[in-house]
Amino acid sequence: MQKYTVAVLVNNQFGVLNRVTSMFRRRQFNISALTVSETESSAYSRITVVFEGDEPNKEQLINQLYKLPDVHSIKELDSNNSISCELLLIKMKNEAASRDDIRAAAEAFGAVTVDYSKESVMLQLTGSSNKIDDFINIMRDYVILEICRTGSVSLEKGSVTIRKVLNF
Amino acid sequence: MVLSGADIVIKTLIEQGCNVVFGYPGGQVLDIYDSLYKYSDEIKHVLTAHEQGAAHGADGYARATGRVGVVISTSGPGATNLVTGIATAHLDSIPVVAICGNVPTTQIGTDSFQEIDITGITLPITKHNYFVSNVKELANTIREAFRIAQSGRPGPVLIDIPKDVQVATCEYTCAEAVQADEPMAAKDIRIEQAAEYINMAKEPYIYFGGGVVSSNAQEEMLALAELIDAPMGCSLMGLSAIPTNTPRFLGMQGMHGHYSSSMAMNKADCIIALGVRFNDRVTGDRKRFAERTKIVHIDVDGSELSKNVNAGYCMRGDLKATLKKLLPLINESKKPDWWKKIDKLRKKELDSRDNREGLTPKNIIEKLNFYIGENTAVATDVGQHQMWTAQSLEVKKTRRFLTSGGLGTMGYGLGAAMGAAAGTGERSVLVTSDGSFGMSLNELATAVSYNIPVVILIMNNGVLGMVRQWQTLFFNKHYSSSVLNRKTDFVAVAKAFGALGERVESIEALDTALKNAFEYNGPYVIDCVIDKDELVLPMLPPSGSMDDIIVKVGE
Repeated sequence: MQKYTVAVLVNNQFGVLNRVTSMFRRRQFNISALTVSETESSAYSRITVVFEGDEPNKEQLINQLYKLPDVHSIKELDSNNSISCELLLIKMKNEAASRDDIRAAAEAFGAVTVDYSKESVMLQLTGSSNKIDDFINIMRDYVILEICRTGSVSLEKGSVTIRKVLNF
Repeated sequence: MVLSGADIVIKTLIEQGCNVVFGYPGGQVLDIYDSLYKYSDEIKHVLTAHEQGAAHGADGYARATGRVGVVISTSGPGATNLVTGIATAHLDSIPVVAICGNVPTTQIGTDSFQEIDITGITLPITKHNYFVSNVKELANTIREAFRIAQSGRPGPVLIDIPKDVQVATCEYTCAEAVQADEPMAAKDIRIEQAAEYINMAKEPYIYFGGGVVSSNAQEEMLALAELIDAPMGCSLMGLSAIPTNTPRFLGMQGMHGHYSSSMAMNKADCIIALGVRFNDRVTGDRKRFAERTKIVHIDVDGSELSKNVNAGYCMRGDLKATLKKLLPLINESKKPDWWKKIDKLRKKELDSRDNREGLTPKNIIEKLNFYIGENTAVATDVGQHQMWTAQSLEVKKTRRFLTSGGLGTMGYGLGAAMGAAAGTGERSVLVTSDGSFGMSLNELATAVSYNIPVVILIMNNGVLGMVRQWQTLFFNKHYSSSVLNRKTDFVAVAKAFGALGERVESIEALDTALKNAFEYNGPYVIDCVIDKDELVLPMLPPSGSMDDIIVKVGE
């Protein structure tokens, strides 16, 4: 099993996300993260899919995506040719015993404090999914109140854009 | 000109070359039916007994003509009744456009009377579907639906049109009928590699499917077979591509295929797979399927390549366009040694042939072969009779054998046979069984109302034959819920609907009945009694390999 990241440019219309995820469900693709947002053009949305499987699974996923009329182009992204990034918000219990340790870890990872109350502290961290996993693992030594992460978004390095990828 | 949405629907259908639609009216399509009334000179509507029959009718029309079939239904139950028909078309890649009415946009999402989320329901069984919320998008949506239904690998497209969009008006300009997307050949480099491999093959076998029919690539495929002197076999969906009597054609292969065809495919050193998807009914155990064989696979749908079996040389492209580019690269060669082996297989098949006399399934279909003309479309339902027909029917022309291959829909046949008759303008035939016919015999009413000449041949064994066969072979003869023994008198049923019918219990009586049926201008039911323990043979057990083939029971 390997992790793959695929960026998909789709029509920005209601129901398109459902078409894509419904296909994943009925063909039993194992999706680990999914992000959707409008792009530089309001006509298109960009879906970033991170999923686990083998090479034939990936080929099948891309081929099935191409069959959806709302899909414009697809780009497979990996760490060599692209930058991937994820956002984490994590809310920790604020208590004297752990405050300094949490602060030290946050500083080491470059997480910033975005909310602070007597009972809680909320940290924000951006970076690769691995980095976020690591940070969460450290935080597990203390009391985590809530976690929310966005899933990975990716863009290819250099001036190439997804819209220049022609359907093969 | 300014038209209502309903008028735009009908005008756009006419502009797209559609002159017959199948359907059933209801509350949320009254406006569309009013427009059908208005334009009845230009477009004919066939009212069926049930929306499922209408969907199969559109499917049968599309299979027989190669054009897009159109079906119209109302919202709610009308739309859900289409589902089996749409799924049938989807699994067999048949171009159908389904138009449903829905409640007004202001009521959508409120669970109002006869409201159903039909675009949600049909998402996995359509190539694409649309919910039209603005009358200005209506004409172009229908055009786009026609384009998608026919392009690449064909399939069904559904359009859901709320009532208020049918009533709203906007400017309509007539446009030309859309064309399917330009068929693209596979990449040159891929074709060259495949040619190199095909030229090296000593024992090639051409395995083709429904893709040959939809791409209209019969001529190119036959040219390839001649060049490399290859035997040919097909999937169930490929059966109507070339005439059955083509000399190098060994017949359908797979679970109930011809022995020589299945064995040749298994022994070949190179399988050239054209527009076919290595369904589990064809491969049996995929891990043991053609273990030592290299596979060249051409399909217009990239997701079929290496989905079921691992093909060494696979390419995505339209079959006709790709074969045209491939042919000049192929060396002509004769393969006498390979044909010696094939002839041995053929002889073995002939030796184990069912030579019984009387009203056996094989004799019934062979009798039917005398009566069907070149242009006669033969539809089937699903089960034993379907396999017997596939094994023994003489298909004479492309698109003249209609069967639910992928979904296996019992009750498919009568609607499809009527759709085919509407498409060809000629008599069609339905081969069915007491079980399958029981699922759709209400459509006899349609055949009588429109005086559609369809010969309905029921192989009546009083049991659900295919279920019984599996219970006989794999479930210790526990005939759980498969014995019908109903008191249904199909001749009386035919008469009650206003059709003619007769019951036959001998091959001579069948001959006379077929003669009567083919002379009668209208639906004619032949209730043909067969033994309940007839088996479909040979049989490749599910998940078995060619080594496990059952040729005769008791062996």
